[in-house]
Amino acid sequence: MDTIAPSPAQDLSTRFPDILTPDIRPGYSGWMVDSSNLLTFACDLRDSLGYDYLSSITAVDYLPEGKMEVVYHVYKTTGGPGLTFKVQIPRADPMEIPSLVSIYPGAELQEREAWDLFGIIFTGHPDLRRILMWEGFAGHPMRKDWHEPYFEEEAKPLKSRWPEGKMLPAENKNKYKDNIAYPKGFNPESQTFDPEKALYESLRNYQKDEIGLTTDHVIVNLGPQHPSTHGVFRVAVVLDGEKIVNLKPVMGYLHRNHEKIGERNTFIMNIPYTDRLDYLSSMSNNFGYALAVEKLMNVKPTERAEYIRVMMAEMTRIANHLMAIGALLNDLGAYFTPMLYALEERELLLDIFEAVSGSRMMCNYFRFGGVARDIPDSALQKIKDLFFERLPRKIEELDRFLSENEIIRSRGIGQGVLTAEDAIKYSAAGPLLRASGIPYDVRRADPYSIYDRLEFDVVTRTNGDIYDRLMVRFDEILQSIRIVQQVIKQLPDGPVMALKPMYQVRVPPGEAYGRVEGPKGELGFYVISNGKPSPWRYHVRAPSFINLTSFGPICIGQKVADVVAVLGSIDIVLGEVDR
Amino acid sequence: MNDMYGKGIIKGLGVSLKRFLETYFDDLIWLGKRYRTDKGIAHRGSKNARGIFTVQYPEERIPVPEEFRFVPFLVYDEDPGGEKTLRCTSCGICAKVCPPQCIWIVRSTDPVTGRPIPDPAQFVIDADICMNCGLCAEFCPFDAIKMDHDYELASSHRNVFDETMLSKSAKYYQSIRPINAVREDTARAAKAASRVDQGD
Repeated sequence: MDTIAPSPAQDLSTRFPDILTPDIRPGYSGWMVDSSNLLTFACDLRDSLGYDYLSSITAVDYLPEGKMEVVYHVYKTTGGPGLTFKVQIPRADPMEIPSLVSIYPGAELQEREAWDLFGIIFTGHPDLRRILMWEGFAGHPMRKDWHEPYFEEEAKPLKSRWPEGKMLPAENKNKYKDNIAYPKGFNPESQTFDPEKALYESLRNYQKDEIGLTTDHVIVNLGPQHPSTHGVFRVAVVLDGEKIVNLKPVMGYLHRNHEKIGERNTFIMNIPYTDRLDYLSSMSNNFGYALAVEKLMNVKPTERAEYIRVMMAEMTRIANHLMAIGALLNDLGAYFTPMLYALEERELLLDIFEAVSGSRMMCNYFRFGGVARDIPDSALQKIKDLFFERLPRKIEELDRFLSENEIIRSRGIGQGVLTAEDAIKYSAAGPLLRASGIPYDVRRADPYSIYDRLEFDVVTRTNGDIYDRLMVRFDEILQSIRIVQQVIKQLPDGPVMALKPMYQVRVPPGEAYGRVEGPKGELGFYVISNGKPSPWRYHVRAPSFINLTSFGPICIGQKVADVVAVLGSIDIVLGEVDR
Repeated sequence: MNDMYGKGIIKGLGVSLKRFLETYFDDLIWLGKRYRTDKGIAHRGSKNARGIFTVQYPEERIPVPEEFRFVPFLVYDEDPGGEKTLRCTSCGICAKVCPPQCIWIVRSTDPVTGRPIPDPAQFVIDADICMNCGLCAEFCPFDAIKMDHDYELASSHRNVFDETMLSKSAKYYQSIRPINAVREDTARAAKAASRVDQGD
């Protein structure tokens, strides 16, 4: 809502008098751009105004108005508030919008997602295929008029649950064949269909090197069932000998259309669902969503709640980085010893989460206006013990154990390099961006909650290789310990909830983009309310997913064995990639 | 790049060796009491834990904290005569707030007047859909539905629980969540007292 300060706003409208019109819908902000001017505008935005970082692209289906809207959030990597601009097109197939991949290559996967889920064609996109659904899927599921099998109602709570709630499992309700939809013109009796054809065609589309020996190039699939891929993730590579000449990430195996579920849920029901995005760092996910909805509701959490939130978010960051370091070492072939050393400390953190929130991983702890309950004294004592005595010592031990190891250094240093320029270009976020030397951290660039009061450094490294990404995580753990120590010392007394507990909150109409620096990068929640109990649009800017945009460019030219190490160093969680 | 000629690896192996020895060292200090004793389990989850701190489930169990939540249950009050009354009034808030919609409630109606009466005719939770978020317990105005501590649900059939399987006594609730139970009981008593004062 407040992504734009008044002075650049005036500046923009005088700069682009014919192109821009302010978004005047109540509760909305930003600018409307005509689709014919989009490319000129975006180009000037990047080159002259310094908005070099495309954070998020998403679409909104305004079915009642007959409009489809694409929403862009851009930021400056030097910090400061961002800029939101939108393009509206009539909601009639085919819907076409120029692709921004040529200006912001980080748009690639996000535009594919918008095509897949909304059916918006981005003209000029180099590889516009479905990404989360499979080729041959009928329809575009995020459209408001698309209904899933076992569809009951547009929004929860379902009427069949109360007061006449006769238990009937959904699978007993619909008969087989009622649930199947085919694409237009497809006859399952007579036709066959190869869902992989589009993928392999796009894989073969690369610059061929005609110098030297011309040998056959081989397509190899890593995954989806492979331990190195951290879940059900598939990497299709084209190999010239051992060298990678092209690489495409294939995802969606864990897709459950989180966003559609989110639009059926009431606002509060979404909190436990956000836990399941990046299931290793649920507190951070809660944080981003709570921020977005609080912006809409215009509520400020209580002072104590702010401190508890930051404490939990930083503990989550430590737990996540420990896991990332351990898993990367596993990928490098250090079988389980470093992983389990890291997991030991994570385990102690999860014990605290359990004592505070009731669950180790699916915390569901944040509420609009505060947190669900106060920290028990025993848990606070545990946090003090851990952060003042044990963790600094143990992280130092882990550092001694790993960072000078010759195998890690030779597999990490100079391998899988992402340059600073590319990192911005591909919208990389979090440790991936900072390892490339860009000191961009949402906690500092656009401070939320109480981060402006806390002392910590934005950690950067310069080379952008695998080793640097590992070391950035180590350093971030140390910074997080520093933050938690400050929070414990300053923790004020008082209530932890600013509102009366309500099982259905009233959210005024409008849009809000809440973003936090999650452990894996910028985690954003774009929420639109139309005053009803459920959000009209609920979009997640998932850092793991967008970080994968740079996965291909990092790997091309590397050896096939490095794919695993690079993927480990990007640190993805498939719950968030596939959503 | 590799100008250390294996020194880093040797240093790392030193860490491993230290951890390996610490396990046996701790075993000696505890004289066999490190395992299968409450004190030993608590020690292995504390800041001073070192060496291996695996807990040998199911022989050993980590005690769950008070706030731990698993599939919900319904609380009933028992009067001295042994009469059990569910606190639930079938108001439906839990069914309305449940994110995966796993609660089904049939409200009772008075057979004579046809008006709803505050008692569930049927209360079903599909524990296989339940995501253990605890929102039902958090928003129940009557403290009638609470999250359980019993996390061993494995069964050979689908876990669909009706009101008889879900009912547990207020005593049990007090035993698993003593602090919460006392706080809620005082709040309820204060509310009831203020209602009497107002002559309701």
